[in-house]
Amino acid sequence: MSATADRAATAARPPAPATRRRSTFVRDTLIVFRRALRLALRNPVWTILGLTQPILYLVLFGPLLEPLAKTLGARNAYQLFVPGLLVQLGMFGSMFVGFGLIGEWRDGVIEAERVTPAPRGALLLGRVLRDVLVLAVQGTVLSGVAYFFGLRAPLGGIVLGIVIVALLAMAFSSASYATALALKSEDALAPLANGIALPALLLSGILLPMTLAPLWLRRLSDLNPLKHIVDGVRALFRGETTSSTAIWGMVLTVLLGAIGYLAGTRVFRRDNA
Amino acid sequence: MIHARGLARTYRNRRGAVEAVRGVDLDVAEGEIVGFLGPNGAGKTTTLRMLTTLLTPTRGEATVAGADLLRQPSEVRRRIGYVAQSGSTGGEARAGEEVIDHALLYGETKAAARARGQELFGQLELDGLWDRKCSTLSGGQRRRLDIVMGLIHTPPLVFLDEPTTGLDPQARVNLWGHIRALRDERGSTVFLTTHYLEEADALCDRILIIDNGTIVAAGTPEELKRQVSGDAIILTATNPADAPGIAAAAAALGGDTPPHVDGANISVRVPHGGTALPGLLRALDAKGLALAAVELRRPSLDDVFLTVTGRSLRDGEKKGAAA
Repeated sequence: MSATADRAATAARPPAPATRRRSTFVRDTLIVFRRALRLALRNPVWTILGLTQPILYLVLFGPLLEPLAKTLGARNAYQLFVPGLLVQLGMFGSMFVGFGLIGEWRDGVIEAERVTPAPRGALLLGRVLRDVLVLAVQGTVLSGVAYFFGLRAPLGGIVLGIVIVALLAMAFSSASYATALALKSEDALAPLANGIALPALLLSGILLPMTLAPLWLRRLSDLNPLKHIVDGVRALFRGETTSSTAIWGMVLTVLLGAIGYLAGTRVFRRDNA
Repeated sequence: MIHARGLARTYRNRRGAVEAVRGVDLDVAEGEIVGFLGPNGAGKTTTLRMLTTLLTPTRGEATVAGADLLRQPSEVRRRIGYVAQSGSTGGEARAGEEVIDHALLYGETKAAARARGQELFGQLELDGLWDRKCSTLSGGQRRRLDIVMGLIHTPPLVFLDEPTTGLDPQARVNLWGHIRALRDERGSTVFLTTHYLEEADALCDRILIIDNGTIVAAGTPEELKRQVSGDAIILTATNPADAPGIAAAAAALGGDTPPHVDGANISVRVPHGGTALPGLLRALDAKGLALAAVELRRPSLDDVFLTVTGRSLRDGEKKGAAA
């Protein structure tokens, strides 16, 4: 390619940046989303591994609950157990996404995106929506598998349960990305994420309902929003869509999702992020 | 293209405030290649990150590519290209896809991005690598890919942060050619940081030397070298015991500063080294002081750096063991 041809090509291109379409939040979010999804689909190992954990729980732990189900007021064990697994999936499937972001930050991808006119919130939301989609698909697969194991619940309840998984993914993946970007170190992120995940799991009644717990433990678990969300999904699976338990669970999930995203955007807007 | 006044940035850490950049004034004209030279930690990257909107200045103001840095950061971003030291592409992603996605974030259409990207791949000798995973590219290829990313929206002003760090000498010289072409063939203004003197000397029309967060010298490489008084004569004594005698003879040449003795090595700076040297050698011969080696050195940018900061840039590189 000759220098003259290059020069001609450069001269022919309109150089005025002001005439370009202004980048919009939605458009840039979709660009980031498509890129993140493409990378996830090209390497689906993690998505598949992420689903094996709840399915193992379903297959190897679910049957243990069958004799208990009646005493806990559920028609079958899976109606009781699958809501917990869905919440667990939404939480654990998204809590560790920050590790991937640290890799991207190290490769310079985040900085390269931050030097474009794209809004910072879009850089976060595009990634978060990828996780939301992945988790929604995983939640659907999990519910399908549970059906074969004997889960019987109203379809509307299951669909709302999956929506809750997606909103939890929004909350926890935003938080995970923001924490990752603030810490910029896998070694710091791992103990922090684990340190939050385990007590949150134990105090949520995911495995066994907290109604079995002694009073002090129940009071403690009342402080955990996830416990109320699990209770809410259980109510949805019983078809009590308009009960206060179900509505309270949904409201809390929406709140967590919104808080997670807004807090995450704050970190993404920060200098040096 | 760039006009900055009093640009400063203070970091706060547990021990208090650290002034990384303490008030930088700089002007870069359209079509210039300007090098920002200084040791690691001098404030080069901090200044660059302020000029590229990645870091908000603590004080000062600047106009970058015609837009106000503080009031119109989006407009600045639209008009500049930035090639960061850390890279810009994901290891798992494919080269061409990264380039297109990057262009889309600047509001380009997909078709325009693809055409422009492939044209740049040709110019930067990346032909055939469009569908390659970025992690499989060589260091030089991936750095050239970073440059494609920085140029994809045809910015009139390009910032390059330590563009050749970590490249082998051949890839470095090759990249210099591409950076020159940015200006010579596209008329871009280029602002780059480097801690390699050869790079600043070979590539830049004008050099700004930064040390401890302030600009300590500015000018063309030739102007800067003229500031250093004279050429360096470096003598190595066969017998280190002769060094003081050799230094005494060298002092008689009348340089501005007395000769510097370091073991068997004696160095002195004199106005016209080439004409002074034969006489000095005859004088040493007459006194029976034997030399193992003689070196005459024209002023280098390292000497400039030494003159303006009192320490050598190369010393700074060696774990800050500066004199």
